[in-house]
Amino acid sequence: MTTDATTPQIPTGPRTLGKVRPHQTQNEALVFEKSSPGKRAYKLPPLDVPAVDVAALLGATRRDQRAELPELSEIEIIRHFTRLSTWNYAIDLGMYPLGSCTMKYNPRVNEYVARIEGLAEAHPYRPDSLAQGILEVIDLLQRCLIEITGMDAITLQPAAGAHGEFTGILLVRAWHESQGNARKKILIPDSAHGTNPATAAICGYTVENLKSNAEGGIDLEALTRQVDEETAALMLTNPSTIGVFESQIHKIADILHAKGALLYMDGANMNALVGKARPGDFGVDVMHLNLHKTFSTPHGGGGPGSGPVACKAFLEPFLPTPVLVQNKDGAKHWNYDRPQSVGRVRAFYGNTGMFIRALAYILANGPDGLRQTTEDAVLNANYIRKKLEDDYELPYKTASMHEVVFSDKRQAALGVKTGDIAKRLIDYGFHPYTVSFPMIVHGALMIEPTESESLEELDLFIAAMRAIAREVEQTPELVKTAPHSTRVSRLDEVTAARKPVLRWRPAE
Amino acid sequence: MRYLPKSPAERQQMLAEIGAASIDSLFEVIPAEYRLARDLNVPRQQAESEIIDYFRAAGQKNATGYASFLGAGAYRHYRPVIIDSLVQRGEFLTSYTPYQAEITQGTLQAIFEFQTMIAELTGMDVANASMYDGSTGAAEAVMMAVRITGRHKAVVARTVHPEYREVMATYAKHQGLPSTLIGYDTETGRVDLAALEAAITEETAAVLVQSPNFFGIIEDIPAIAALAHAKGALLIVSIAEAVSLGVVRPPVEADIVSMEAQSFGVALSYGGPFCGVIACKEQYLRQMPGRLVGQTTDSTGFRGFVLTLSTREQHIRREKATSNICTNQALVALMATIFLTVYGKEGIRELAEHNLAKADYAAKALSAQSGVKLLFNGAPRFHEFVLSTVESPKLWSQRLLDEKIVGGVELGRWYPELGNATLWCATELITREQIDTAAKVLVEA
Repeated sequence: MTTDATTPQIPTGPRTLGKVRPHQTQNEALVFEKSSPGKRAYKLPPLDVPAVDVAALLGATRRDQRAELPELSEIEIIRHFTRLSTWNYAIDLGMYPLGSCTMKYNPRVNEYVARIEGLAEAHPYRPDSLAQGILEVIDLLQRCLIEITGMDAITLQPAAGAHGEFTGILLVRAWHESQGNARKKILIPDSAHGTNPATAAICGYTVENLKSNAEGGIDLEALTRQVDEETAALMLTNPSTIGVFESQIHKIADILHAKGALLYMDGANMNALVGKARPGDFGVDVMHLNLHKTFSTPHGGGGPGSGPVACKAFLEPFLPTPVLVQNKDGAKHWNYDRPQSVGRVRAFYGNTGMFIRALAYILANGPDGLRQTTEDAVLNANYIRKKLEDDYELPYKTASMHEVVFSDKRQAALGVKTGDIAKRLIDYGFHPYTVSFPMIVHGALMIEPTESESLEELDLFIAAMRAIAREVEQTPELVKTAPHSTRVSRLDEVTAARKPVLRWRPAE
Repeated sequence: MRYLPKSPAERQQMLAEIGAASIDSLFEVIPAEYRLARDLNVPRQQAESEIIDYFRAAGQKNATGYASFLGAGAYRHYRPVIIDSLVQRGEFLTSYTPYQAEITQGTLQAIFEFQTMIAELTGMDVANASMYDGSTGAAEAVMMAVRITGRHKAVVARTVHPEYREVMATYAKHQGLPSTLIGYDTETGRVDLAALEAAITEETAAVLVQSPNFFGIIEDIPAIAALAHAKGALLIVSIAEAVSLGVVRPPVEADIVSMEAQSFGVALSYGGPFCGVIACKEQYLRQMPGRLVGQTTDSTGFRGFVLTLSTREQHIRREKATSNICTNQALVALMATIFLTVYGKEGIRELAEHNLAKADYAAKALSAQSGVKLLFNGAPRFHEFVLSTVESPKLWSQRLLDEKIVGGVELGRWYPELGNATLWCATELITREQIDTAAKVLVEA
């Protein structure tokens, strides 16, 4: 058993485990079950134009049966959603170490400025003359992201990371087509996110798996063997999903470029690089960013995101329409005349509300803050690695960047798996790490603390992980049946999938 | 930096414990020639007050206080205050996709309620947890129909939002999925049924229409469905204006509905984030893209909710997934759920009727002016209408702007055959006075 002076022992005692002491949560029925006819939470102003005869106007296209929406008063709605909210874990409550998800602090000024009237109420088709303010915001964000990535051009249109991948691979395809051959396959390392192969398939490419080397990185020999004249691109996550920087990155780019293939970078792990290294400098041709990861826009329980795609100049003609341009007089407008464009990937211009938040984050940081953020993210991951490597197996010894991946090898030998350890972590007041991913690590525990964790929170997390390692040895059932402190225990996912109940229905 | 919770001494302590000489030693794995040896060229670090000043100035430069007749896929409706109060609770705002069901029951139950409301409104059996927006949702719906039918052609109405059609073309391009465009009846603005019937073949996977369509006209969904189904094709109905469902008959004959739910309490925000959603008949569930929340029980029999049927999704199926979608629009879907709870069963109808009344008044008032003609008057419409003016829109729109009114969207860029036609929208937020002023200014004195 490892102990050292700097790591606090887990306080235990009646009703306390680590930083957790249970408190009440309230039961709350479905909103439909709380409804009673005649309750109201709205009041429309009096109609200042003549009322219309709906039946006469709409005829057969009139709705004759109302949708079964709930009827409640305002206080009940506030309580309903507030009670539901108390059933969630959140960054605002504590560390959320999901690997590759970059669950960092979501600054509140971002929310404030995104709601400023002139920005929040701007219609996408308002004349450019009435949209110069938002166009300047978009322009400044574009310039900042181009500088941060070291690329030459950018589109903010994609709505999320996977949508950015789609856009980026379309650029790759359009460029190859302009060279006379779209090519057939995309190489994807076996450590990649599932969105990478799914994206390649949607873009009409076959996926060829690239096996990782003993360090979990790109195997240069395998790459040399597999890259041929039909290879469109390699989709590479760098740092990789095991949190390791591809130190041979320039050779990887050279091997691809020698055969006319391009290097696509999945920017999911950009939080390890901002202000320290730029993909454009190390050979990347096209990449996407996740504003909801690296640039602090909130995950919101699953979205919205934003997935800008940055590229080198030779790919610029293919960017989705429209692109933002500046007139000689400094006024900005959208240019739709882009004959080589891959087309639109989304209506309007993208998730503009997320652009505002991301820019607010960049302004709050400045160059020094962005660099310090990256350094702290890497420092936190390495600190966790150092403190947990005696208790958990480290399958790859390569230096970690912003995340560290352990395996459950030692615990699995005692019958306890990564998923069980993750569930037990909940009892200690933490959101689980990413479970069983990347797939190149059997029984992976993928931990990304981000820069947002204090030393105190990190030490509590480390103490919890160590305590669980002891529990696995001494009381494995306690871990295998966790969590024990939540509103609901483990849920029956098998029945949920076999007999799907996906909506409420009124009682017969 | 104010977001970073560490003192310089703590950083030194941590480095010492790691056994690293300096922070830069942790970055030595990056080849030296690729390490950035300078500051990024971005604006200097700013105080919170400076950030607010910057965005306020941008907001003012954008201009505020204009009455607006803009719609065309982005609609200005009143947003009840409690929407922002509730979605800004950190437990909703700062949580991740609810993979860990035990500590995300709040998000999961809210999504289950969203799925129920969308299914109720659209007349479909099931709805998913959201898509990026109406345009990508429509494209994904077409690809879904291809998987269901095993056919590889689409028939698309020209009255589907032009930008939705562009997005669909981008998605379809590399899937070997050609589509045929179907025009509209120049009297009614509805899909040309004869042309539609002629275009649908045994190879058609899906017919995609929008209702109310891009001109605001409500399509004859039963007739279109009959034509599609006669040849074994699926009918996909795209709905860009969700509030219409308060008074407009839901497209129950459709097989798949792709809806943009922005009208349900989501700010215009210059076009995003919005909230797409796909709903469908139960038998097509396994080909649905995106996340789904299902009801189940825990080990003690207590009701709970989980993400389900994930074997459709990219993190399990990789290149064989139904879609590459991962992040969706969860928080925006929560806004829509709260909006629909506030208005409820009666309110959504009353709200839709107010929209209908305002648009009816506006269409009459504006088209009563000389040199102004209301097009497509032969079919029912919701809250948008098309005007054709003798004078070029460039001229009268400037007169309206001088009165702080933004007139309709010019249609010529998408429908050159319509000449000077413009698309106008009147929601509950436009006042009679604004309509009357617009009518007065529209025609030069």
